[in-house]
Amino acid sequence: MKSFRGFVLKEFLHIFRDRRTAAILFGMPMLQLLLFGYAIRNEISEVKLGICDLSHDQATRAITSKLLSSGTFSAKRNLRSPEEIGPAFASGEMNEAVVFEPGFAARLQRDGFCDLQVITDGSDPNVSRIITGYTASVIQDYLGEQYAPFSAPGVVPVPVMLFNPALRSVYLFVPGLMALILMLVSALMTSISITREKEIGTMEVLLVSSLRPTEIILGKVAPYMLLAFINVLTVLALAFMVFGVPCRGSLPLLILESLLFILTALSLGIFISTITASQQAAMMISLGGLLLPTILLSGFIFPVASMPLPLQVFSNIIPAKWYLIIVRAIMLKGADFSYLWQETLVLVLMTVLLMAASIRKFSERLQ
Amino acid sequence: MRRSITIILVILRKEFLQIFRNRGMLPIIFIMPFIQLLILSNAATFDVKNVPFHLQDFDRSSLSAKLAEQFTGSGYFRLTGESFGSTQAIGELVGRRADLVLVIPKDFERDLEVSGSAPVQLVINAEDGFSAGVIQGYTSQIIADFNREHRALFSAAGAGRVFPEIRIKSSAWYNPELEYSHYMVPGILVILVTMVGLFLSGMNVVREKEVGTIDQINVTPVRSTEFIAGKILPFWIIGLGELSLGLFIARFVFHVPMQGSYLLVYLVASIYLLVVLGMGLLISTVTETQQQAMFIAWFFMVIFTLLSGLFTSIESMPHWARNMTMFNPVRHFVDIMRRVMLKGSGLAEISRPLLILCAYAVAMLSLAVNRYRKVSA
Amino acid sequence: MAEAVIHTENLTRKFGAFTAVDAISFSIGRGEIFGFLGANGAGKTTAMKMLTGLLRPTSGSASVAGFDVRSEPEKIKQNIGYMSQRFSLYEDLSPKENIRFWGGIYGLDRKTLREKSARLLEALDLQEAADTRLSSLPLGWKQKLAFSVAQLHEPKIVFLDEPTGGVDPVTRRRFWDMIYETADNGITVFVTTHYMDEAEYCDRISIMVDGRMAAIGTPDALKDEFGVSSIDDLFIRLVRPTPIE
Repeated sequence: MKSFRGFVLKEFLHIFRDRRTAAILFGMPMLQLLLFGYAIRNEISEVKLGICDLSHDQATRAITSKLLSSGTFSAKRNLRSPEEIGPAFASGEMNEAVVFEPGFAARLQRDGFCDLQVITDGSDPNVSRIITGYTASVIQDYLGEQYAPFSAPGVVPVPVMLFNPALRSVYLFVPGLMALILMLVSALMTSISITREKEIGTMEVLLVSSLRPTEIILGKVAPYMLLAFINVLTVLALAFMVFGVPCRGSLPLLILESLLFILTALSLGIFISTITASQQAAMMISLGGLLLPTILLSGFIFPVASMPLPLQVFSNIIPAKWYLIIVRAIMLKGADFSYLWQETLVLVLMTVLLMAASIRKFSERLQ
Repeated sequence: MRRSITIILVILRKEFLQIFRNRGMLPIIFIMPFIQLLILSNAATFDVKNVPFHLQDFDRSSLSAKLAEQFTGSGYFRLTGESFGSTQAIGELVGRRADLVLVIPKDFERDLEVSGSAPVQLVINAEDGFSAGVIQGYTSQIIADFNREHRALFSAAGAGRVFPEIRIKSSAWYNPELEYSHYMVPGILVILVTMVGLFLSGMNVVREKEVGTIDQINVTPVRSTEFIAGKILPFWIIGLGELSLGLFIARFVFHVPMQGSYLLVYLVASIYLLVVLGMGLLISTVTETQQQAMFIAWFFMVIFTLLSGLFTSIESMPHWARNMTMFNPVRHFVDIMRRVMLKGSGLAEISRPLLILCAYAVAMLSLAVNRYRKVSA
Repeated sequence: MAEAVIHTENLTRKFGAFTAVDAISFSIGRGEIFGFLGANGAGKTTAMKMLTGLLRPTSGSASVAGFDVRSEPEKIKQNIGYMSQRFSLYEDLSPKENIRFWGGIYGLDRKTLREKSARLLEALDLQEAADTRLSSLPLGWKQKLAFSVAQLHEPKIVFLDEPTGGVDPVTRRRFWDMIYETADNGITVFVTTHYMDEAEYCDRISIMVDGRMAAIGTPDALKDEFGVSSIDDLFIRLVRPTPIE
């Protein structure tokens, strides 16, 4: 036990002696959360709109002015005909065109409906969907205001946006960023620790010491837990204070679950370092192999439920996916543990499996 | 000149030998990117479908049943449960068993028959504001359809005029189905190739420093420019090769159209790779250990990836962030690829991002050559 | 003495406040085997780096192979060979590939390289191992190969930084046979070493202490001057000036 403690202490000192690396490991997550928290959004502040009004009547003018006064749309072009849309899109000066058919208001009056073409630049489908949605809601508002005094419309939908009434995209992204950043830093930290020793040659010293493989593996993870804990606290603090993401559930539970996730990520990093022969390979796998899958499959930006079934199944092996469910449930939905025990169990299982595999791989080296 | 070329070829040969001798790295360089490309490209989609919904029908009338049926029959929603307690409803949302709770109040049918209107509550899980908006859109459409179909059953008490409808016909050019894969595949490809290029070039010179062979090199009469050229070329060739294979996969596996010219894409790619490799080499010359080099490369890679405009659009970023992305080569390349592949843009239309990439390449390479000092001051 | 191939005058190198090399002055002639001794940290490697054009002097001057180290470091490089104590050859390449690379870097053409390569491999008895990775060869063979590779471009001077570390005495002796052969061919050999017995093999030696050159001369002359019977004792006498008796 004594040698184990000494070992852990040595690992600790090792990290903190390298000032630059320690600064990076502490400062990087904060910096990244700040940067991305502000920059990654799904709200478009300015839509470059082109108006093709083939009707020029009261309704079209009212709708046009409503669009332009909303603060989101800015008129870039007044198109005389739909032919002009193509070149305007190609040059990028416009990303949406609205075409009012001739006799717009008259048709609306006479037939009770009319058509409005909303054409978007689909080369960025993200933007395309969002601005179509904005346009639709402005049209809805117009109809509501104009025809409110009129008839009862039958069934009236009363939407309640639960957990995020203002539909702020930070609520979606900041927890996701937390997961991504914590995952990457943790995996990075540990993936190099074992291969480094292998390369330098101090591995032999470790192997002949009285420490058992389990102790070595655990000893390598332990100091990073402290570092990661500090990371968790700073990242959570930023989420609350800077981005206003609430914590409607229990904060201690959130911290505990975050620590569990970190443990999973650290175990993953250790596992990677036991299966690679060089630092170079370890780092490339822990970054190159984790970055895109975590971004794309964890539910960080794209909802998992919308993915093709095979990918939904595959996403289950991404630890960040489970953590994200947990974090969002606690922070946004105020869930307590009874809702989360399954996801927590998954993370625990992953951690145990990864640790066991690492220890086994490591013992093999001894042979 | 001829001597320089020979020397560059000598370095090139040695670099290639070393790359291919490094057994552990080979699958990472050559296989991992393509596996990721194949698996991940379909992950990106904002299509909201098959939404689980929970029903709370307090009216239990024929009309309320009809309304519920309208939802289940719409193809957008699937029923996952029914209940009568409001806490339970919230519980369904918290527990992820439903993303929508449809609450039909008591007297629903009666209100419709008597006064012509009745509210229904739609409690929507809005963690993801965007999806919530889409779900709301679906519900509006379903309810509007329901209203239209069953108008006869409502009372006319609310006065004669019918609520008019402006039908929005939306269409997206260049990508009518809003196929995300068309948009994502080139982007993911760019990111993967960038990762490989940046990390490999970032570690390269540092490795020689760590091992000690750099002194042996510095003692030879080789020129800095020859050395840097010899270090960049192998990864440049590999990068272009991977890009080609990736484009092939994009075309034949994902059916991403190529409206523009391949030649243009290769021209841009050649310049782009110089930026990335130059950056990696620069990192390599200013760091002392492979670990440091990797950290720095990682730091930039994460930023480049998330702020590339691929996952969230550049237009949603605040102004200062948008300006920052001018320095993100990935952003420019993704932009160019989209324009050329989906819009068929030519040299003229992409001139601005292309010029930025050129300037960037010149800057990176000059800095790298400059920082690589054979003689320490 | 024949014309100096290496000549320094008050060559100095400082790193901030620390003076690593303190105004050393000496001359080395053609075909001479010069042993550059000193304790760890005495400034040997720093001095060697200045002479090989890897480090710029802070003050003083030096000329190597007729070129000034400060103003013409690159010209020196075509005329010198170098073998560092940390491995100077690529471990993941074979002897043949290493020869091809290092010879090529110095501008040797394919034909010349092929001939030299064949001769070298034969001379070193490496023909069977010519295509195996360097990492699987014993240290002694690697050292000999590194020494030979350093001479592919027929330099006037070869700088050796602790070339015989980590091998048994027999292998060391064989290495020195190669050094003699090189010197006999008129190539100057500038060698640093920890092994005091190797000092005896040199034509002249110098001993650096705390950046200064504390002694320079033939081994015998120095032993007489300081009244010691071995270079070992001479070293101890100079590095630890207080008498031990």
